[in-house]
Amino acid sequence: MASQEILREEPSRGSFINDPRIRSLFFQTLVVILLFGSIWWIINNVIENLQRLHIASGFQFLKSRAGFDISDTPIAYTSDATYGRALIVGLLNTIIVAVAGIVIATIVGFIIGIGRLSQNWLIRKICTVYVEIFRNIPPLLVIFFWYSGVLAVLPPPRESIHLPFGSFLNQRGFYFPRAIWGDGSWLIGVALLLAIAMAWFVAHKARQRQRATGQQFPVFWTSVALIIGLPVLAFFLGGMPLTFDFPKQSTFNLTGGFWVKPEFLSLLLALSFYTAAFIAEIVRAGIRGVSKGQSEAAAALGLRSGPIMRLVVVPQAMRIVIPPLTSQYLNLTKNSSLAIAIGYPDLTATAGTVLNQTGQAVEGVFIMMIAYLVLSLVTSFVMNIVNARMALVER
Amino acid sequence: MQEHDMSWVRTEMALAQPAPPTEHGAYAWVRKNLIGSVGDAILTILGIAIVLWILPQVINWAFINAVWSGPDRTVCATVSQGGVQPDGWTGACWAFVNAKFGQLMFGTYPIEERWRPILVGILFVLLLVPMLIPRVPRKGLNAILLFVALPIVSFFLLVGGVFGLPHVETPRWGGLLVTLSLSFVGIAVSLPLGIMLALGRRSKMPIVKWLCVVFIETVRGIPLITVLFFASVMLPLFLPAGVTFDKYLRALIGVSLFAAAYMAEVVRGGLQAIPRGQYEGADSLGLGYWQKMGLIVLPQALKLVIPGIVNTFIGMLKDTSLVLIISMFDLLGVVKQNFADPNWATPQTPKSGLIFAAFVFWLLCFGMSRYSMYTERRLDTGYRR
Repeated sequence: MASQEILREEPSRGSFINDPRIRSLFFQTLVVILLFGSIWWIINNVIENLQRLHIASGFQFLKSRAGFDISDTPIAYTSDATYGRALIVGLLNTIIVAVAGIVIATIVGFIIGIGRLSQNWLIRKICTVYVEIFRNIPPLLVIFFWYSGVLAVLPPPRESIHLPFGSFLNQRGFYFPRAIWGDGSWLIGVALLLAIAMAWFVAHKARQRQRATGQQFPVFWTSVALIIGLPVLAFFLGGMPLTFDFPKQSTFNLTGGFWVKPEFLSLLLALSFYTAAFIAEIVRAGIRGVSKGQSEAAAALGLRSGPIMRLVVVPQAMRIVIPPLTSQYLNLTKNSSLAIAIGYPDLTATAGTVLNQTGQAVEGVFIMMIAYLVLSLVTSFVMNIVNARMALVER
Repeated sequence: MQEHDMSWVRTEMALAQPAPPTEHGAYAWVRKNLIGSVGDAILTILGIAIVLWILPQVINWAFINAVWSGPDRTVCATVSQGGVQPDGWTGACWAFVNAKFGQLMFGTYPIEERWRPILVGILFVLLLVPMLIPRVPRKGLNAILLFVALPIVSFFLLVGGVFGLPHVETPRWGGLLVTLSLSFVGIAVSLPLGIMLALGRRSKMPIVKWLCVVFIETVRGIPLITVLFFASVMLPLFLPAGVTFDKYLRALIGVSLFAAAYMAEVVRGGLQAIPRGQYEGADSLGLGYWQKMGLIVLPQALKLVIPGIVNTFIGMLKDTSLVLIISMFDLLGVVKQNFADPNWATPQTPKSGLIFAAFVFWLLCFGMSRYSMYTERRLDTGYRR
């Protein structure tokens, strides 16, 4: 003990300049001084500039009248509404396009990614070509391609292209029948919920039975039958309370039906097809990351190829896939801000308009940054929960 | 002594039998790769159908029906659109690209001064090619010329105003010139900045560490457009009245800061992969912090993350197209701007212009990714487990 104390109390032989603790303290003090100095300088400049340009500061402008129109409004909005409401409309539009894009990109990406590992030479090559094309061109270019190259040169409404199920495609966008639910349609909703509950119950019971007796029960087909069958039954019992509002062609335009504008359509298509190329690569890496021994061992245990994929390969591949998949979802959400280039009113576009009208650049950019950071955090949070469920459970 | 040994040991191998005809040759390949099972055969038919549906259309459009040169829109428009092509014609309007080629490359850079960007381009290629070929010696000198001397020379050549060269303001720059110069300077700035941020994030000094973490995570959490908005709208507010910044420079700052944050995360991945023993070994040799990092850790860490670094570069090259939104005209911006030219407005013009731009971007990005794969293989010194 004594020798240790002596060692500890022995004064450093070098100069105090070489003491790492003093150095670290010195550098950090320097950084803090520099940081606060520049912040102080910037704030001073900002205040001075704002006064010179007669720009108000603070968030009061959120309550004043916006005075501009927004083309896509998921919630009620007129030009008499406030700036705050305009920003909320923009945020909702961003969320809508991001969620729809994530769903489509995931489906397309998984199909292409699995296709790249296919036994089939032709399918493998087609998927490779897709990935190599879309990975190497800017997303903005893809958006323009859909918007100015494909959708804008479609025929005018009078010569709309007829698609199945009474849908139309023309310069002004995509029209499809809108479902109108009549009286008694609540029964269908209730039936659907009931079916989902029953399917869950069946799955639970089947698992218990398999653990106890080893007998299997066709859970998947029972669930499909329940989830489709019960609502259909309710549909007929309720007297078929569903009618469709078909889009009708009039002289200059189409009326009725559900109308998807070309801005939304091109943004959605571009984002999903662009991101799908990256998701495909992630999926491929994930499946190849599961060693061949795993599937061979499963085959040796007597599992067939379906259960091998479902029970052995996919759960392990998902562990590799989910973290990069999350960052692709975040990228898609962030890339949705490219909407401003074609005039889809997402958060960046509306905040940009607000910023131009009020001149309150600091507050405008601040709101944008906070909104995207919150969206990113929420996405990461959800994906972290999924990841935790998938993670290796170690003893 | 056994004279009549009945046992027999083979001394040479039997000749290998040729593989059965079902296992080699074209037929076996087709059987294995295209019609292995019923599902496979259906997929093959589907694949052939897709290829037969798309490929003739693409070839017809891009080559057979395409118009390669012409004075104005009439060559690319059908009769009913006021042109010379028969009704129902669709084909690429390469004449548009041909006529606008100078603009696509240099924007509105004065025509009599275009030799300057061309000279810069030639210098760039002359310095880049030996840099990329591993066998060419004097890499250090080459790197200094490419990353230090060339930017300075290019700056004076492109901006002008000295040595009797007329001054060309940056708003007149455009096209591929802006795309390449933004991304080259962005790459040259973001790599060192990203390395510094990554080192800062792993620093033992809490204040430095948290500053880096906050910067990296904030920038990674927001879209590039927001960063560009920040650079174009807020930077002027941050500076004293009267000090103005060139728009090009503002975009450059935005793009470089954005890429630096991503680069920092890539480099951090490499730093974390270096075993502790390397750090400790450097410490025990008595190396200081910068010696330890510069001589021992970073050379190994950067080698590990070459694919990630190149991916960031590719992302950056693609992202420069976003400067269009703060009304600067890179390659994509010039293409977009020319859609509005009434002289060339036909239904085929946007598609043709965009596909040309896509092809240029694709060539650059695909080339980079292939080169990175080659470097990765070359530098793979066998540490991979």
